[in-house]
Amino acid sequence: MNRLHLVFARPWIWSFIAAVIVWFATVLVTGGAGALGLSHAALTFAAFSVIVGLGQMFVITLGPGNIDLSVPATMTLAGTVALKLMDVQDGMIIAGLVIAILLGIAIGIGNYALIKLLRIPPIIATLSMSFIVQSTAIWANRGLRIKPPDMLASFTTSSFLGIPNIAIVAVLLSLAAWVLLERTIYGRWISAIGQSIFAARMTGIPVDGTRLVTYTLCAVLAAVCGYLLASFSGGAALNMGAEYLLMSIAVVVIGGTAVAGGDSNIPGIWGASLFMFLVVSMLNTYGFGAGVRLILTGLIILAVILAAGGRKVVR
Amino acid sequence: MADAMSAQTIVAARGIKIQFGAVKALDGADLEIRQGECIGLVGHNGAGKSTIVNVINGGLTPHAGDLVYGSGQGHGIALARQNGVRCVFQELSLCSNLTVGENARIMNRNLGGWNWRRRALALVRNKLDEIFPGHGIDCGSTVGDLSIAQRQMVEIAISFTDAETPARLVILDEPTSSLDSGLAAQLMAYVRRFAAGGGAVLLISHILGEILSTSNRIVVMKDGKVVADRPTSAFTTRSLVETMGSVVKDRQRSTRQHTGERRLSLPARKGEGLAFEAFGGEIVGFAGLGGHGQTQALLDLYLSENGNWLPNRSPVAFVAGDRGLNGIFPLWSILRNLSIASLGALSKRTLVDDGREAELGEYWKKKIEIRTPDTGNFILSLSGGNQQKVLFARALATSASIVLMDDPMRGVDVGTKQEVYEILRSEAASGRTFVWYSTEMDEIELCDRVYVFRDGVIVAELAGDEITEEKVLASSFAGGEH
Repeated sequence: MNRLHLVFARPWIWSFIAAVIVWFATVLVTGGAGALGLSHAALTFAAFSVIVGLGQMFVITLGPGNIDLSVPATMTLAGTVALKLMDVQDGMIIAGLVIAILLGIAIGIGNYALIKLLRIPPIIATLSMSFIVQSTAIWANRGLRIKPPDMLASFTTSSFLGIPNIAIVAVLLSLAAWVLLERTIYGRWISAIGQSIFAARMTGIPVDGTRLVTYTLCAVLAAVCGYLLASFSGGAALNMGAEYLLMSIAVVVIGGTAVAGGDSNIPGIWGASLFMFLVVSMLNTYGFGAGVRLILTGLIILAVILAAGGRKVVR
Repeated sequence: MADAMSAQTIVAARGIKIQFGAVKALDGADLEIRQGECIGLVGHNGAGKSTIVNVINGGLTPHAGDLVYGSGQGHGIALARQNGVRCVFQELSLCSNLTVGENARIMNRNLGGWNWRRRALALVRNKLDEIFPGHGIDCGSTVGDLSIAQRQMVEIAISFTDAETPARLVILDEPTSSLDSGLAAQLMAYVRRFAAGGGAVLLISHILGEILSTSNRIVVMKDGKVVADRPTSAFTTRSLVETMGSVVKDRQRSTRQHTGERRLSLPARKGEGLAFEAFGGEIVGFAGLGGHGQTQALLDLYLSENGNWLPNRSPVAFVAGDRGLNGIFPLWSILRNLSIASLGALSKRTLVDDGREAELGEYWKKKIEIRTPDTGNFILSLSGGNQQKVLFARALATSASIVLMDDPMRGVDVGTKQEVYEILRSEAASGRTFVWYSTEMDEIELCDRVYVFRDGVIVAELAGDEITEEKVLASSFAGGEH
């Protein structure tokens, strides 16, 4: 009883419950056929949301007002430039990844420079940055659709023991993020900053340095996600990041991370990402039109947040 | 004769008692204010000056005692206003988005009807001209555009205007704190004229020269009681300071001389007054009236030693006084709150070692007796005093050789205080330096050396036997200058 209570006190459990319910609701309609395919697709597409969601989570942990809206533009630019650099050659795969990461670092530093030097609120600073980045991506792309190197394309689209490779990458990144958040000094620092920036400063935490690292981390994860997504979908498109703006924030919030900052968790991002994909699949299966689908998606998200809300967890 | 006397009384407070929790803010205070009087009200921090002002203007309801206005017994803001009681607060209380004239309308309810703006403007402008001739304030501008001194002048002028009831008693709480000496002299001259014309003024000021030259009666408060109520001619600056202070108590004074090297220093603040320095193994006190720049000096000391970009190896730790503002992390457990400043020493390759963290928690829980069954509990499950102990432990657990303390004993019970004093003494003996801002005289007397602050500047340095309440008070209150 007590143990059960403890499990239900976890803020992330609700996103998993919701995901499982929606999975069953979808599979029931199709009569069990396609259960495997649905799960496989859910894992693949959830993985992309998880990778950007992780970065956004670190930023949101920093406290009220902290958010990174440059995620979609970063994904687009990283995907575009990396594919252009690799130019379908298998030997350039690592170089492409490196250039994506370097772009992420540059964008993250740029974001925090705007926030700090020009004293612009993060929501405006990262939005302005995203216009610059998106324009650069348009200039770099010039309407060309370059295919990814074959090896990379087959890696991102194939599976290992039935589990999509992309999902495995996302799990590994999640584990690393979990260690970072729960076990390291850096994790303590961002949580402290999110609770009280003044108190954090007065305990000797280098607040600006920590925030810079966090914004950079978020941009790097978005860039890596863009690199993988462009390879997965056979080329970079200028609108490839668009849906990840709201997605990256939604998966963090539905996953039970405190929007006010200071209190985050990583399992919830997985539950929420699976849930977000499954809801759309379910509504498609039921044959709803686009308008009804959007309204229902909104209502379901609200219901999950309400169910998970109002619970405060000890540690 | 007795009838004539009571007819002149504007307000009489007798045996007023007010308690905030366990703190007795007023403990049977008496104060009677008659027409034609200017009363100076003085006392140390927490003596009850502001509390009795708030009782008279109707903001606080006394828990015991009588309050009689000209029109009869009772209390409340409306009744006080009816009887012509006005108050100028230390914290300016004008609406900064309205013009000067519009602010006058807020105070004067009957300034309604057609063209009220023009009449309000004329009213406040005339009063400003009367009190501060040549003030140069544009009464059509919004208050937010005025300087702090100009705002103070406007607020004073509005309080002296005749509204639905004429102003009979005006309470001025530190009115000259933001005025220069010329404006202050104009105000004091007006206060004397106002009293001579049959009004009454209650003047609170830490500039004793003002009190002595302007008022005709002085009321001294201490510990929620009125300890002296005599004509001004019976006081001198010296006797006033002595009356505010307490009888010299026996105490064991530390005879330690600092032996360590110089650890910390700060040049004279604002280019005035004395410079600050602290040596190894010393307890340095920051004294003076509350809010005279002590906290800012501590913050400056701390921030100058702690970088904002790279991990710090700073030798300075900070103990917050305002726990909610810059001390506690409310979502965390006691243990996490305690260990946050020492994580560097508790981790290997930036991974925090849970075992060593728990050990640290247990050690400090025993050492300063944090009253909790488990340091894994929420920090907010502790009482205020125990939260404060956690903040002490946070600072003491670091390897910092200098600990800054921002009046950390506010709201801490006596038993806890004694425990912490003991720890401070032993830590200082083992070579740590403490810089301690306190508003409590008992704590200032525990220090080896004391800097007294006034208006953001260090005005005096006292050491050893010089650290007495009288000397601290004498330096906290400006003498005759201004």
